[in-house]
Amino acid sequence: MPKLHLQSRDILWGALVCALALLPLIPGLIGNSFRAHVIILVLLYASMAQSWNIVSGYAGQTSFGHSVFFGIGAYGAGMAVVTYGLTPWPGFLAGSVMAALVAVLISWPCFRLSGHYFAIATFAIVEIFNRLFMVWDWVGGALGLDYPILPDGWVNFVWSETKVGFFYGALALFVLIFGIVRYIETHRLGYYLRAVREGQETAESLGVNSTAVKLAAMAFSAFLAALCGGFFVQYNYRVDPPMVMSLDVSMRFVLITILGGVGNFWGPLLGAMILIPLQEYSRAYLTILGSGVDLVIFGLIIMLMMIKQPKGIMGFIEAWQARSRERAAAKEGV
Amino acid sequence: MALLDVSHLTMKFGSLAANRDVSFAVEPGTIVGLIGPNGAGKTTVFNCLAGLYKPTEGRIVFDGRDITRLPAYRISRLGLARTFQVVRPLKEMTVLENILVGAYLRQADSRRAMQIAQHCLRTCFLEEDRDRPAGGLTIGNKKRLEVARALATGPKLLLLDEAVAGLTSTEVRQMVELIQGLRREGITILMVEHIMEAIMPIADKVVVLDGGIKIAEDRPAVVVENEEVIRAYLGEKFSRRLKAMKEAKPS
Repeated sequence: MPKLHLQSRDILWGALVCALALLPLIPGLIGNSFRAHVIILVLLYASMAQSWNIVSGYAGQTSFGHSVFFGIGAYGAGMAVVTYGLTPWPGFLAGSVMAALVAVLISWPCFRLSGHYFAIATFAIVEIFNRLFMVWDWVGGALGLDYPILPDGWVNFVWSETKVGFFYGALALFVLIFGIVRYIETHRLGYYLRAVREGQETAESLGVNSTAVKLAAMAFSAFLAALCGGFFVQYNYRVDPPMVMSLDVSMRFVLITILGGVGNFWGPLLGAMILIPLQEYSRAYLTILGSGVDLVIFGLIIMLMMIKQPKGIMGFIEAWQARSRERAAAKEGV
Repeated sequence: MALLDVSHLTMKFGSLAANRDVSFAVEPGTIVGLIGPNGAGKTTVFNCLAGLYKPTEGRIVFDGRDITRLPAYRISRLGLARTFQVVRPLKEMTVLENILVGAYLRQADSRRAMQIAQHCLRTCFLEEDRDRPAGGLTIGNKKRLEVARALATGPKLLLLDEAVAGLTSTEVRQMVELIQGLRREGITILMVEHIMEAIMPIADKVVVLDGGIKIAEDRPAVVVENEEVIRAYLGEKFSRRLKAMKEAKPS
């Protein structure tokens, strides 16, 4: 029964969120430790990958340009604080709306074509936006934006004493984005996204306006990616173009989701839970081998994964579930 | 007034005319067959009707509206649904989810869309496979899924593109029953078919195409006697021999 299946998944989800929310009660776990930093990044990157998953996983339109939307979100918050001396909140909203607009403008011509035009175009915009923001004085140019010292708290969305505030901020972002994707997945838009991925002409024959559906997915996806960017700039107290708008950042969206499972609700979380600790701990402990060791290890994992199970970790889990179901059915039969 | 009125439909691919000046009408509540030898242009007509191709010339009026150059999804929303000759299941989605995509057209509410989908699932005898990925079905079930999915969009006119081809004789009988059931529910049906046993007993009218041109349009019993139709199906030589045999008999 799919209904029961949905319910058990939602219970799992509720339990996970509660457990995460109670984490700071464990003394010394969050505080101001490196561990806290890793946990916050896992939540942030899982959220980023999930936002990418909407258009590229569920709707099957692979985007290599999400760092642009992430960057626009980061600059939205950054400029609200640094340039205009406001709180970051109006910046979160402005950046996200702007990112959604840019996303729709870029993808509208591409979605009318079939094939790989969309993926190629998204590659190009990363470079364009990177150069543009490097030379654009209004947004701080190559120097970027540096935050002034601000009092801690939710109003300024900065915490320098402990990381508990950022932890709850990241958790809120995580719950918001995963919640939205869960809602989409179980409603009409989610079915339409997957139908477009599985067969655009078939979807159209069933009354689905595939261009509109892909644009909606792109707008949601860019809006949420920009929110993640807003969090990122607050967390780092600064932003410059290479930090956010680069192919390297774009590839994180892509690879985390591929590792965890593309088009799968849990995929982005699983991918982030593996990649981020790997990235942060190898940076901390393996620097002696030179920078980028994390990327080498990660590249190897992705290669192995593509050979063994292209559906990512969730592919392994689903295959295992199917096997155990079959075994149970076989037992009943005997 | 006819539910579907096709007039002077011409579809050219470069210099090749797949359909030339094809006109016919489909009355509400009937089953109309579109037949003809391979390459006669039957599927091309379907693709023009469903909005997949934009016809070079001619006019298609459905339910009082000119749909000639509308995109496929708009035509589907107006109540004209189609199945594909080469089945196109949404492979990674389950059977029920496939049908649900169709059901969402008339019902944005998930629970009610689910009810529609369940109904279509039963109508098309797919209950046993409901939670299986559509990519793994047998060909017979994939054909039924095509029908179920189109049915879920709540069509007034259903275009069936060789829904029976490639099925076992039991499956053919089941499909024919299904089609008759749909007509009883008030759905008008236009079907392309090769299997004469499937179409001749149930069609109210058949339209015969050959080489992209309409050569006959009449009741099945009349069409099978039509000389041009016989020639199209059997070739010049055999049709002459058949004619000679028929003439020889009475004397």
